[in-house]
Amino acid sequence: MHIPDGFLNMTTVAATGVISAGGISAAVKIAAKKIGEKQVPLMGMLAAFIFAAQMLNFPVAGGTSGHLIGAALCAILIGPWAGIIIMSAVLIAQALIFQDGGLAALGANILNMGIIAVFAAYFANSAAVSIFGDSRQGKLIGAAAAGWSSVMAASLAAAIELAVSGASPLGIVLPAMMGIHALIGIGEGLITILVVSAVMASRADILQLERI
Amino acid sequence: MSFKKWWLIGLGAALLLATLSPLASGSPDGLERVAEDKGFLETAGDAPFQIIADYVFPGVENEALATILAGWIGVLVMFGAVYVIAWAIMKNRKTT
Repeated sequence: MHIPDGFLNMTTVAATGVISAGGISAAVKIAAKKIGEKQVPLMGMLAAFIFAAQMLNFPVAGGTSGHLIGAALCAILIGPWAGIIIMSAVLIAQALIFQDGGLAALGANILNMGIIAVFAAYFANSAAVSIFGDSRQGKLIGAAAAGWSSVMAASLAAAIELAVSGASPLGIVLPAMMGIHALIGIGEGLITILVVSAVMASRADILQLERI
Repeated sequence: MSFKKWWLIGLGAALLLATLSPLASGSPDGLERVAEDKGFLETAGDAPFQIIADYVFPGVENEALATILAGWIGVLVMFGAVYVIAWAIMKNRKTT
């Protein structure tokens, strides 16, 4: 869902840039109070894993592919604020080194996949766990809900940015974006379940680490 | 399993995933598909510079190998960069 340069107008580029810069700065301030010895390598590992998983586009429907965002994994395994730092670093590296996602569109991409997706995942996971319980089953439902919701929220935000920029009318781009991403979100949910159950099976205590 | 061993295995899993990246679907992603269908794909601009554009390491003939190299570089850069960023954030708190 990386927006290239050219799709967004200057106003949207500026507005999303300012919001994302504010979000990153708040995340760094909040994370500074909570990052401990264990979170440092965990954050590095999550960034590396999410980068690699994002390269593995999977087919969805009619010649379209999707890839993991990873915001849900961040939100569940380390918390939303550290998640914003991890996702921003991945998105910045993708734009600077790999020319994936535009440089001017970086603020929008960080806002969609690094901030909105992370918080959507965090709230969906919390809601699912409070409904279904903090059991293995509750956690896996939480992982699925977080994965799917994060993709839907990011695609909603991207559709609004595209419409506001005049790329395509909202009535056209919104259902198109959310329709295809409803399918891609299922992939995100499945991968999130897979990774969360692998963590549960290997070091369940990671899930009890303090969230940042 | 020690925590260090655990996250090293996680990092190894990331390198393994990057090694599988030539198997990824080459179809346009969700946004690209929508842009094509709704007729605004051609407004996409080129990047002002290219380093490892589109996850293909430049100058390597074999495209699968070029993709794997790009993936390994990305995995190691991401681990190193975020490790250092997180460490610096933690350190900054301790000294103030």
